[in-house]
Amino acid sequence: MSTRTITLQVNGKTVTAAVEPRLHLADFLRDRQLLTGTHIGCEHGVCGACTLEIDGAPARSCITYAATCDGASVRTIEDFDADPVMAELRAAFSAEHALQCGYCTPGMLATARDIVLRLPQADEARIRKELSGNLCRCTGYVGIVRAIKRVLAARKEKTHAA
Amino acid sequence: MKAAAFDYEKPADVAAAVKLLSGAQGMGKVIAGGQSLGPMLNLRLAQPQLLVDVRGIAEMCAVTETPEALTIGACVTHARIEDGKLPDATRGLLPAVAADIAYRAVRNRGTLGGSLAHADPAADWVNTLALLDAVAILQGPAGRRELKVTEFMHGPFATALAEDELLVAVRIARLSKAARWGYYKFCRKTGEFAEAIGAMLVDPERKVCRAVVGATTSVPHVVADARAIAERFMPDEALKAVEAAGLGDDPYERQMHFAALKRAAARMHGGGS
Ligand SMILES: Cc1cc2nc3c(=O)[nH]c(=O)nc-3n(C[C@H](O)[C@H](O)[C@H](O)COP(=O)(O)OP(=O)(O)OC[C@H]3O[C@@H](n4cnc5c(N)ncnc54)[C@H](O)[C@@H]3O)c2cc1C
Ligand code: FES
Ligand code: FES
Repeated sequence: MSTRTITLQVNGKTVTAAVEPRLHLADFLRDRQLLTGTHIGCEHGVCGACTLEIDGAPARSCITYAATCDGASVRTIEDFDADPVMAELRAAFSAEHALQCGYCTPGMLATARDIVLRLPQADEARIRKELSGNLCRCTGYVGIVRAIKRVLAARKEKTHAA
Repeated sequence: MKAAAFDYEKPADVAAAVKLLSGAQGMGKVIAGGQSLGPMLNLRLAQPQLLVDVRGIAEMCAVTETPEALTIGACVTHARIEDGKLPDATRGLLPAVAADIAYRAVRNRGTLGGSLAHADPAADWVNTLALLDAVAILQGPAGRRELKVTEFMHGPFATALAEDELLVAVRIARLSKAARWGYYKFCRKTGEFAEAIGAMLVDPERKVCRAVVGATTSVPHVVADARAIAERFMPDEALKAVEAAGLGDDPYERQMHFAALKRAAARMHGGGS
């Protein structure tokens, strides 16, 4: 079976690589780009640990093949250090004990950031629905939900004040 | 949990995709969003030699409308429908159904056509498109053909698609202003495939009164004249529909599907959950 040469943006940098078509994006990022912030749990789309951003929208990197990402722009957790929403989420995750082992956290943050940006009016029920595709074995979710609520509330306050 | 090796091509148009599939002699497979095929490849439940990626085909991503109908390209994603990016020909039914499929990360890539072609009896589009009496537009080496979704579906994970045929688009007749619908599904966990689906549609101007018993063990069970379930909910008639769908033997299954119909009716009439 032949390899394919792909060119894509990874965290703002142009990367060209020859890949076997069967290589999924999470393995490509972890093993070939040494970006190990993307975690792998189930490898069939269920647990959400591998969730990252492709062309501005969250996606499962375990059931997305690298070969299908030619021309795409991929952002992993490593690229969000300077992102203002992610900075708020990081602080809120710490304050609310929204992680223990941290295995689910990169995927949780990718989903949380999408909730904050796409659904600024989300209430607790909506947050829980949107989070249902990310499994956490440690926290029982309460802290994660609170952390997202905290960020949404702070942002609402800011827009009211402005 | 790693897929077996396969080759990959991304053709620019339908004709080229059909040619690639024909050339693969049964060992080729279409990939759209990969949200059902990806898990199957990783679990090695599917081991094709060639994947033909159809997401780059403009025609399959297009949405066109006429006064009578809306034609949705097979590669339109659940998220695009959820976000109301399509003209509303179904009085909000399509966006409401889309919003409750899986999770946003899956909806961003999963497609309407991929879901229908996959033909999981519990999938939302399979049952919704049967309710809407939609038409599937297929293209193969011999040209185009059109089939009602109810004829397109042959059984669980089985459709009318030939090995070298593509599902290009789905056509839905526009509902009238007076149309009402109800959709209810039971899932063990939010975003998981349904255990039972009940759906109904009443559109008096078009003389439509249909119900679907969904998430069966095979194809959706369509009640073409559902007046006794949809206009007025008659429990005995609803139970008859569940039994006709082949779900009468197991009391738990029967009750779930009965309740799904009842709640779909309640939703359609603007009440309860
Ligand atoms: C965790 C998880 C939860 C899910 N929950 C739900 C749910 O609650 N409800 C629901 O309905 N779905 C659910 N899904 C499935 C999801 O909706 C998929 O997106 C959809 O079933 C497949 O669409 P796809 O574009 O990803 O197709 P792919 O995975 O790319 O393809 C699926 C199949 O269809 C064939 N195919 C695809 N496109 C075409 C075409 N145009 N012509 C011919 N053949 C084609 C492929 O060869 C393959 O056999 C879930 C998926 C996951 C991973
Ligand atoms: S590893 Fe991708 S969803 Fe579980
Ligand atoms: S913090 Fe351990 S899995 Fe979520």
